[in-house]
Amino acid sequence: MRISDFDLYQALLKEKSGLTLTPDKSYLLDSRLTPVARKHGFATLESMSTALRGIPKPELVKDIIEAMTTNETSFFRDMKPFEQFREITLPHLLKARSSLKRVRIWCAASSTGQEPYSLAMLLKEEGAKLAGWNFEIVATDISTEVLETAKKGEYSQFEVQRGLPIQMLMKYFEQKGDRWALKNEIKSMVTYKYFNLLDPMAPLGRFDVIFCRNVLIYFDREMKKKIMENMTTLMPDDGFLFLGGAETVLGITDAFKLMENTRGVYIKPACTTIAPVQVKTA
Amino acid sequence: MPSCLVVDDSRVVRKVARRIVEDLGFACEEAEDGQKAYEYCAKTMPDAILLDWNMPVMSGIEFLEKLRQMPNGNGPKVIFCTTENDLAHIQRAMNAGANEYIMKPFDSEIIESKFSQIGLL
Repeated sequence: MRISDFDLYQALLKEKSGLTLTPDKSYLLDSRLTPVARKHGFATLESMSTALRGIPKPELVKDIIEAMTTNETSFFRDMKPFEQFREITLPHLLKARSSLKRVRIWCAASSTGQEPYSLAMLLKEEGAKLAGWNFEIVATDISTEVLETAKKGEYSQFEVQRGLPIQMLMKYFEQKGDRWALKNEIKSMVTYKYFNLLDPMAPLGRFDVIFCRNVLIYFDREMKKKIMENMTTLMPDDGFLFLGGAETVLGITDAFKLMENTRGVYIKPACTTIAPVQVKTA
Repeated sequence: MPSCLVVDDSRVVRKVARRIVEDLGFACEEAEDGQKAYEYCAKTMPDAILLDWNMPVMSGIEFLEKLRQMPNGNGPKVIFCTTENDLAHIQRAMNAGANEYIMKPFDSEIIESKFSQIGLL
């Protein structure tokens, strides 16, 4: 790819989605954008680039953004965040929200749905403990294509074996030929919406918990700061933010601090009502 | 070092599986059918067993049922690894005492994920 074309896509992605495309990711452009060029009738990537320099069709720009957003995911990805959700977040919320019995969770880049559905299954496993409670999971993504996949809730044999315990597969999925379809009792717990993390967040409402894992790494420092500071306005004082293992707020914002003795669980610095996590001794 | 017995009548599958479980830090032994696996377990009980279903002489499910009757036979964590990919087979394996179930084809990520879920890693 020509350097001028790389610059063009870099600027386009930054402007439309806030994503930072670094030169080490330039190899992704060829492999991901060639199908887009073909779909829109361009013989080469160069001819698509030329069209983009004019007044491109919004549909073409949307397809380019979708193709370049990373959709790496699996059920219970990294496991630890889900254990921490069950052992730290859930006990706190069950106590702190006992009068309202209402909890809202946002999966901020839900991709093909494995993360929100993992949370839904985890909550279902709690059984009678959550009777009478209303847990609402809102899952958003910038790609309408992955949102459609997520809503469908059907996965390949390979996908259901990455991270998903076999007992959960047996309990919450139905086999449809060589695919595995989530049962409605899990699917109905998640609401999907298209959302760009750079857009105003207030319309999404308040959230007690936000999962924003392995997303911020694709944004530059200023964008990360803006996104996290916007998120803090959506959360009560005792809200929880889950970031990915390679992500941090250090040197970016003071809106959140890492909860001691956790991995990737962030709370507001002024919060005094969440019980500290004790280190488990053998 | 924990040990893993790979039971499969395909030499190629055993070779691939051996490489993966050794990379996960297990000492690996192989058996080509359920009967050989049973004889191995009578002498040394492994920590983990990666088990095929359809094999000559003794099938994987028959082996598992016998294993769980043996003294210390509840010790090993058993992960089925088979082309049988329907709910009825999965249910039968779990009822017989399997700890996890892998539907072939598999890769290192799936094995690692399953081993981790049942506390082997």
